[in-house]
Amino acid sequence: MQNSGIEVLFEGSNFERLLGGLLVTIEISFVSIVIGTVLGIVMGLLRTLNVKPLQALLRLYLEAFRIIPILVWLYVVHFSFTPLLNIDISGETTSILVFSLWGAAEIGDIVRGALQSMPKHQEESGAALGLSRGQLYRYILIPQAIRRMVPGAINLATRMIKTTSLVVLIGVIEVVKIGQQIIELGVIKAPTASFWVYGFIFILYFAVCFPLSRISRRVERRWQN
Amino acid sequence: MRKGMKWAVSFMAAGLLLAGLTACGNSDNKDNSAGSASSKFASIEQLKKDGKVRIGVFADKPPFGYVDADGKNQGFDVYIAKRFAKDLLGDESKAEFVLVDAASRVAYLESNKVDIIMANFTVTDERKEKVDFANPYMKLSFGIVSPDSAPVTSIDQLKEKGQKLIVAKGTTAETYFTKEYPDIELLKFDQYTEIFAALKDGRGAAIANDNTELIAWAKSNPGFTVSIPAFGGQDTIAPAVAKGNTELLNWINTELETIGKEQFIHQAYNDTLNEVYGEGYTDELVVEGGKVE
Repeated sequence: MQNSGIEVLFEGSNFERLLGGLLVTIEISFVSIVIGTVLGIVMGLLRTLNVKPLQALLRLYLEAFRIIPILVWLYVVHFSFTPLLNIDISGETTSILVFSLWGAAEIGDIVRGALQSMPKHQEESGAALGLSRGQLYRYILIPQAIRRMVPGAINLATRMIKTTSLVVLIGVIEVVKIGQQIIELGVIKAPTASFWVYGFIFILYFAVCFPLSRISRRVERRWQN
Repeated sequence: MRKGMKWAVSFMAAGLLLAGLTACGNSDNKDNSAGSASSKFASIEQLKKDGKVRIGVFADKPPFGYVDADGKNQGFDVYIAKRFAKDLLGDESKAEFVLVDAASRVAYLESNKVDIIMANFTVTDERKEKVDFANPYMKLSFGIVSPDSAPVTSIDQLKEKGQKLIVAKGTTAETYFTKEYPDIELLKFDQYTEIFAALKDGRGAAIANDNTELIAWAKSNPGFTVSIPAFGGQDTIAPAVAKGNTELLNWINTELETIGKEQFIHQAYNDTLNEVYGEGYTDELVVEGGKVE
């Protein structure tokens, strides 16, 4: 019997399960991106202020997320911190927590970088016009900084979406794990299933990440001048 | 330069702080379990009140624990786990299956995120220090599977240069080879899916794992044979609970005796393992009533 393996995608409720897994992936990454962006903007603004202890603290926070792998964060938070504090949260909540904090750290750095890259004369011209510090940020610096933030932020968003494949290790069943379940079940009947399942997962990730790249390009072009 | 040093020092300090925190956490946990066990684990009464028992099972290890095409948990471990839930809480649907990975089984029990692990958990001395095992329901040895074109018929063959042995991280096979054959080069993967893919791609000469797993896989993958069916002594597979959870442990042991009288594990074998291993292996694999003869 010729069995190409592609049928495995449509067996039982496999197709819906894969899409359901994708939904988990999307949920974790998008909620985290939104929370991370809000916190990150606040953090970026704080980091442009010249307060030494605050600077050190925020820098430490950023480096902690940059240096320690996200996998380690997930593991430590899920299996050590939360049980230690006697909180029982689901793997999904842990994932959103860790990804949000990671997002906040990285977005904070992107915001800081964008603000500090503004030519000094922008700030000085604004001050010469008699704008207060708040007005300076609101009307001159932030609108221009946002334009510079877009590529970095979109890059981070796509990275986060792809990194959700790690959450399986704390028991969250997302799209890649469901794919592996289907492959393992199919091993007996269709040994080539892995090609089709991973191929399909590739298309799913592409379908989520590609629009983000397009939006990024469009936004950049629109704000060019 | 000096500024760089300063940063490096503060990060190290932060790292130590973090390590200290987690270390404290662990000792705190131990104190808790020693002092007031009842507050840490749900008592059987509590499980009955909640109407659910959380059981950690595999999701990608047929025929022991897997998810079928309709998204339902199936397999040998799951079959027995369902019976536990039925006898404990009156209904097998009250088992809440938590899907675990080989490497995180101990962590799930230690952090009290499951009540019982029924994920083909091999009993070892190292694991006994961290979790409490009930009596076994299955026994097995290690096996080695290799391609027919280049069969590995003795372990010494693997000592030759360039002969990589594939294992899954966190399994007893990994520990065994690291300890007994440190000169064999190991190729390690996190997921079971990956070790079989690696053998098919020719990234290693053979896979070492529990023999059951390999007999089943080789049977459905022509071109591969279990070239060494059994070595490394006999191991048993048992349900595990969190360290100190004696109430649940005792219940499981009594339950295994009770269902042993009706040869329930044989029935589980017939319904879940027969088509994979064939009838010939029943007595080699099944442990009835929690007692190994």
